[in-house]
Amino acid sequence: METNQPGRSAWKAVTTPFRAVSRPLSITLSVLVWGAVIGGWFALTYSGAVKEMFLPRPESVLSTTISMALDGSLWEHVLASVQVVLIGFVISTIVAVPLGLTMGTYRVVQAALDPLVNFIRYLPVTSFVPLFILWIGIGIEQRVAVIIFGIFFQQLVMIADSARGVQRDLVNAAYTLGTKRGDTVFHIVFPATLPNVLDVLRVTMGWAWTYLVVAELVAARSGLGYISLKAMRGFQVDVIFMAIAMIGILGLCTDQLFRGIRRLVAPWAN
Amino acid sequence: MDTLTLATKPTSSDIGVDNVVLRYGTGDNAVLALDGISFHVVPNEFCVIVGPSGCGKSSLLYLVAGLEERTGGMISVGGTPVTEPGPDRGMVFQAYTLFPWLTVAQNVEYGPKRKGMPAAERRAIVEHFLHEVGLAKFANHYPSQLSGGMKQRVAIARALANDPQVLLMDEPFGALDSQTRHSMQKLLLRIWDHSKKTVLFVTHDIDEAILLADRVLVMSGRPGQIKKEIHVDLPRPRSMDLVMEPNFIAMKREILELLKNDEDDDH
Repeated sequence: METNQPGRSAWKAVTTPFRAVSRPLSITLSVLVWGAVIGGWFALTYSGAVKEMFLPRPESVLSTTISMALDGSLWEHVLASVQVVLIGFVISTIVAVPLGLTMGTYRVVQAALDPLVNFIRYLPVTSFVPLFILWIGIGIEQRVAVIIFGIFFQQLVMIADSARGVQRDLVNAAYTLGTKRGDTVFHIVFPATLPNVLDVLRVTMGWAWTYLVVAELVAARSGLGYISLKAMRGFQVDVIFMAIAMIGILGLCTDQLFRGIRRLVAPWAN
Repeated sequence: MDTLTLATKPTSSDIGVDNVVLRYGTGDNAVLALDGISFHVVPNEFCVIVGPSGCGKSSLLYLVAGLEERTGGMISVGGTPVTEPGPDRGMVFQAYTLFPWLTVAQNVEYGPKRKGMPAAERRAIVEHFLHEVGLAKFANHYPSQLSGGMKQRVAIARALANDPQVLLMDEPFGALDSQTRHSMQKLLLRIWDHSKKTVLFVTHDIDEAILLADRVLVMSGRPGQIKKEIHVDLPRPRSMDLVMEPNFIAMKREILELLKNDEDDDH
């Protein structure tokens, strides 16, 4: 029956929950959606339905990007932002990974830190900006502090959660093979949670990018968040669009980078 | 067997369990899981504990491994009291516990590496035991690429590669289909015949218990107690055909009766 009706069985395949789709189909679909979004953008601006003051034409965003790329100012801003995000992310990660694993493994550490961490992680980052300025001034340290504050406690909680999820009998097996109690975090919990930890880092890296504009809200002289704020004052909507698009592209790149790292260092988990 | 001579000679010890009590919780909520368990396993013996689910047989094994703390009584392995887990008591678990981030060979190598054994010696041991369990070709596979039966074969190799004094096995074939189960039982008997480790094996499968054991300890539940010990004097090497033999059936009937009485007591 089904072999006689290829169209019907194809329909059945794509409407089956969790069924894999072919690579060409998935690429076609993502291109179609992107095309629809950009096509809609063209339609809205060229039809005059939305004034250019609110929504710039695609080609004016593109030409702004090209001219800023050619005069070098774009790269200066990209570099400034990448620097802030990267320093903040690395500092946060260096502390959050070992502390999170310890927290998830030792109940006594969890009991001590959990209430405080769960309180702090719901505090709005924006409201700490004036305090950071007061405490650490208006240099790059302040911007980095915003990124760290935005992601550190989230990283901590999620990494502790994955450490807590390590199968008990895996640890038991390690003991019966001669692993010392004190070595459990390093020899068992860390490798067992590595794929999860890398996923946490990938997700929080994305959040770090979203905090960039907050970080560059005050006293910044360069950066993508800074130029989009400056452009807001001059109603340069095309520059705002460019800055947003650049942040998105950079976020996408780091996301892919982390997926690559995960494939490389945790090949067993694919 | 050639490669094994490179490593230390296999050793095995006795297991002494004396009046062991295990109680969970306190006050009115306290549950007596094990009540006055005593038995002794001699070196090189294959001893099987059989009992209904929830009778505390797995807990008993965890106590011998030192993975749980007993409420009372004494457990010793090779004359040394058990106070914490250690590499002298190898264990194969019911759940799959291969380290997923290590290859098959690296899993088997894990214990010797913790001991600080030189790489060349470790390689010889890994080769020997992977050959023993018939997985030499899978040395560089990850556990996620193996079937359930293969995983448990690696788990056995991993436990033995560490040269423990005793081998504790907690329903290691419980999750396998019956075909795989039978071939695993055959494999285990062959390996045991080579290594002559003291084995304490827990199962709820009566056929498996009689087929493998020198001696079967029949346990009843709530609280867990040893009801009877049965010496299995069937000749070795044993094959699956034994299950049709009259004395096998007689033993099976006896154990079934013991476990059935236990059920009746419950109601």
